[in-house]
Amino acid sequence: MNVIESHITSYKTLGKVLIVLLLLTTITISVTSYNLKLWNVALALLIAGTKGYLVMTYFMHLKYENRIIRAFVIMVLLLFILIFVITFLDYLYR
Amino acid sequence: MEEKSSHHEEPRDDFAAKMGMWLFIFTELLLFAGLFLVYSVYRYMYPTLFHQAALELNVTIGSLNTVILLFSSMTVAMSLTAMQKNNRKLALIFLALTIFCALLFLINKYIEWGAKFSEGLYPGSELMLKLERGHLLFFSLYFFMTGLHALHIIIGMVILLIAFFKIKKGTLHIGKYMLLENGALYWHLVDLIWIFLFPLFYLIT
Repeated sequence: MNVIESHITSYKTLGKVLIVLLLLTTITISVTSYNLKLWNVALALLIAGTKGYLVMTYFMHLKYENRIIRAFVIMVLLLFILIFVITFLDYLYR
Repeated sequence: MEEKSSHHEEPRDDFAAKMGMWLFIFTELLLFAGLFLVYSVYRYMYPTLFHQAALELNVTIGSLNTVILLFSSMTVAMSLTAMQKNNRKLALIFLALTIFCALLFLINKYIEWGAKFSEGLYPGSELMLKLERGHLLFFSLYFFMTGLHALHIIIGMVILLIAFFKIKKGTLHIGKYMLLENGALYWHLVDLIWIFLFPLFYLIT
């Protein structure tokens, strides 16, 4: 692996991603004025997750990144989820 | 990228440098994951108190800082694009914009925290210790997590400043720009953490 083909992300793509991110931010701020009970949390996390995905995919160039790094990221996210699930299993069924 | 480097340069491995940066980013993510875990357990235990306490936070400044960070995340990515296209001047402009945004973020944070401090609300203050347990936990986590995040902003800013001066000096160029790429990755990490901090602290009212 001596030569790395680095993909150059165009200004246009980066600009588009920013617009989507700002739109998602507006949505997440505006939905807080409605009381949707538990759905507020779910929606906030869903939007934050989408934003995080966009940042990692386009800004951090994961879309064109080496498979090893991408696999690592997925494993870290799985570890993340696992820790949360195990902890909450404890708190919910104690 | 090695074929681009000139013959008198030391051997180097850009892929290893990037991999190292990613491994470091994972440790940072897990550091914040631990804090988010503490946050979610306490929020589960004190749901109403957390909601009440969150009303005290300034949503306007929080939203403004979100926009600033998202914008700066784009400019730093554009700076890297400019560098890859060998447009040194544009890379410098975008980098300067990013550093300016970092400064704006910190000023906002100063105003936000300053207001809390003048109300007597800061870690270890008498007012804070008299609060109900749920409120105390919320504000302690708020100060610790946003404080740790602000520290990351400062570190990211320093890295990007170093990259800026290296580009000016000419030691960071199209044949060797790993510092800019890794600095940008770090900056995106800071943005990524804020994406989750913002709704969880400011928008749970």
